[in-house]
Amino acid sequence: MQLDEFFVTGEPLIYIGMAAIVLVSGTILFVLTYFKKWKWLWAEWLTTVDHKKIGVMYILLSLAMMFRAGVDAMMMRLQLAFPDMNFLNSQHYSEVFTTHGTIMILFVAMPFLIGLMNYVVPLQIGARDFAFPFVNALSFWSTFFGAMLFNISFVIGGAPDAGWTNYAPLAGSELSPGPGINYYLLGLQLSGIGTLATGINLMVTILRMRAPGMSLFKMPIFTWSTLITSFIIIFAFPILTVALALMTIDRIFGSHIFTLTGEGLPMMWANLFWMWGHPEVYIVILPAFGIFSEIISAFAQKQLFGYKTMVWAIILIAGLSFVVWVHHFFTMGAGAFVNSIFSITTMAIAIPTGVKIFNWLATIYKSKIIFGTPMMWSLAFIPSFTIGGVTGVMLGMAAADYQFHNSYFLVSHFHYVLIPGTIFACFAGLIYWFPKMFGFQLNRKLNIWAFWLFLIGFHVTFFPQYFLGLDGMARRLFTIGPEWFTLNFISTAGAFVMGAGFAVFVYCIVYSYFKSTRDLPGDVWGVGRTLEWATPTPVPKYNFATLPDVKSHDALIDMKEDGETTFDEDKLESIHMPNYTGQPFIMTAIMFFASFFLVFEWITLASIGLIGIIVMMYVRSFDYDGGYHIGVDEISKIENSLRGHDNE
Amino acid sequence: MSEKKHKYPWNHIIGFVLSIALTFLAAWTALSSDLPVMWIIISIMVLAVIQALIQLFMFMHIVEKGAGDAPWNMMFHAAVVAAIVVSGSLFTMSFGFTHDHGGGEHETEQHEEQGAHEGH
Ligand code: HEM
Ligand SMILES: [Cu+2]
Repeated sequence: MQLDEFFVTGEPLIYIGMAAIVLVSGTILFVLTYFKKWKWLWAEWLTTVDHKKIGVMYILLSLAMMFRAGVDAMMMRLQLAFPDMNFLNSQHYSEVFTTHGTIMILFVAMPFLIGLMNYVVPLQIGARDFAFPFVNALSFWSTFFGAMLFNISFVIGGAPDAGWTNYAPLAGSELSPGPGINYYLLGLQLSGIGTLATGINLMVTILRMRAPGMSLFKMPIFTWSTLITSFIIIFAFPILTVALALMTIDRIFGSHIFTLTGEGLPMMWANLFWMWGHPEVYIVILPAFGIFSEIISAFAQKQLFGYKTMVWAIILIAGLSFVVWVHHFFTMGAGAFVNSIFSITTMAIAIPTGVKIFNWLATIYKSKIIFGTPMMWSLAFIPSFTIGGVTGVMLGMAAADYQFHNSYFLVSHFHYVLIPGTIFACFAGLIYWFPKMFGFQLNRKLNIWAFWLFLIGFHVTFFPQYFLGLDGMARRLFTIGPEWFTLNFISTAGAFVMGAGFAVFVYCIVYSYFKSTRDLPGDVWGVGRTLEWATPTPVPKYNFATLPDVKSHDALIDMKEDGETTFDEDKLESIHMPNYTGQPFIMTAIMFFASFFLVFEWITLASIGLIGIIVMMYVRSFDYDGGYHIGVDEISKIENSLRGHDNE
Repeated sequence: MSEKKHKYPWNHIIGFVLSIALTFLAAWTALSSDLPVMWIIISIMVLAVIQALIQLFMFMHIVEKGAGDAPWNMMFHAAVVAAIVVSGSLFTMSFGFTHDHGGGEHETEQHEEQGAHEGH
């Protein structure tokens, strides 16, 4: 293979991308070397098994990916606003919408939510860490390397171009030769290992490591939504794993599972993809619901209305999410009977979703709302998301979907649920828990700017797209006719406002790092209801010195009444902690190279990588590192100094 | 737990080797054995059941006591999801799409697509 086949050549935009990559990585290497931070990076971050640090790394990964996929989005919007400028040609446009969609779902939404879960869930249930800290580190690094593998595709070998849905037969080796689609398959496979392992890890953690007295129905609602989400992950991700593996075997080893020839069933890909894909959209929305529930009840200063119905609504949504997948391919021609069944199950999901909307409204009703910035995102979520839900029900009517399917109406629907749902929740959750994570608050003024820019930009971008869809504009078009120009232009203008909102948000983090006061109390916002706010800020590495007896799902409210804290001198015992280890990083780095070789179908090199992975598994299997203990004296020293200013 | 003596985990090693061997056996049966199609299907199904049992007994603590009822709960749900995947796929993928060119009932809707399946 020639070097100019290895790197993508001939596209000025991609040269810019290469230059940016070289520049950014060069800067990072320089800064690390100049400030002698390599050792710190390895000892504090790359080898950590602490759920708090892993959570932070997930969120950083997600923000970086949001930038990447956001640039993709801007490029698409520019092309559609000025179709005659030939900014992107059709091939490049296809690559850009593919990477945009895949990255946004798998490397932005998922890591952001999993990052928040990582940080918050053990603190909410009174646990010292995850049930399996080593596995947690492994999960993060496999997500990280999966994302990196997917991201380098556009400069090395060429990006995938068959959409985030990657439908066969287009994605098969006959119609899409070369490494592009392999990047999709292996990038998702690698990060999927991490997601699945996290699902198991979180489920075990929540089921077995709760504070004394915290029965299932006394868990905070975010923990509940995480538990149900892990359940969906555990049962939905294996379907993706299998589908990806089957297509990989098709493409690399020449089998005929999804091919047009040799009795392959290309439509089976769509079927398997959506059997995972629909539960996946609920994997990214249920934790968001949990975050909003926490924030709304905290800032409305009221117990969450209908806690039990909320929990049952989540469970019902999770169950139904496994029996609606056909609504993504009503037009494939399965027949009226099949379509009718799935039409009904789809509309049924709107019922528990509606129940939740009304419960949030009832929580705010007649309450004394404090307009903290997390609350503003949450309040904006309710009406915006409802528009997305209503149009979802419209799409769910099979006969009508023959009109809407694959038009901009659909594009608008899923952005209306994913952005006000998942992305607003990520921002709200990050702002809410940020002071716990880093010990300082985000600047309120800048945050409000980011909020309004993003919210207005969002509606200006996507509301016109409903009408573009009704006017017949299909999705994934790289050029448009004049009749669609005006609305597209408005949409593009909105997209840049949203981009500005994101920029202000990131600037706000940097600004607050330099300007915000430190020295915060444990319950930073003064409205906390759950255990994570009972810890001092910043949270000590063992989380809780001692645990209270939990009496309700608003554990902190009870503790305040009884004058309890998580530092009860008489109950102190030494704490057993796991040691940091570099194994997860090394093992997944080897997986990265093995997958990279497989992308280029260099079987010998990939096999060597596989042997490396097995060696690492062997090393891990016989690693009897038992961790270390933190003694009582040290704990009281840490707690006393952290609580010195804590006037609870 | 670090203080305990570590017995060599023969169980896990045997289970691991067995499950890999069974996978290769299934692949060989499907690709290179000269069995009739029906027997190939039957034998890989049997191999799958053995595989599942190996996982349950050698790795998934099915015989361990004292961990509550979570494994049974999860196994029940796993069975339900597996049933949905298999029967749901059959339901959606066979209605209107069939390899059975002789029958008259299915020819209504999808005539063009049927062309793709010709020639076997
Ligand atoms: C009331 C609840 C909802 C209903 C009834 C609903 C219904 C639908 C239907 C019928 C489609 C397929 C339309 C077509 O392809 O023609 C669809 C697509 C989609 N929905 Fe929803 N939806 C709902 C909520 C959500 C939520 C909460 C999310 C994610 C957070 C979501 C994400 C998506 C995505 C990503 C697609 C498009 C996938 C693609 O083709 O690329 N939906 N929805
Ligand atoms: Cu769906």
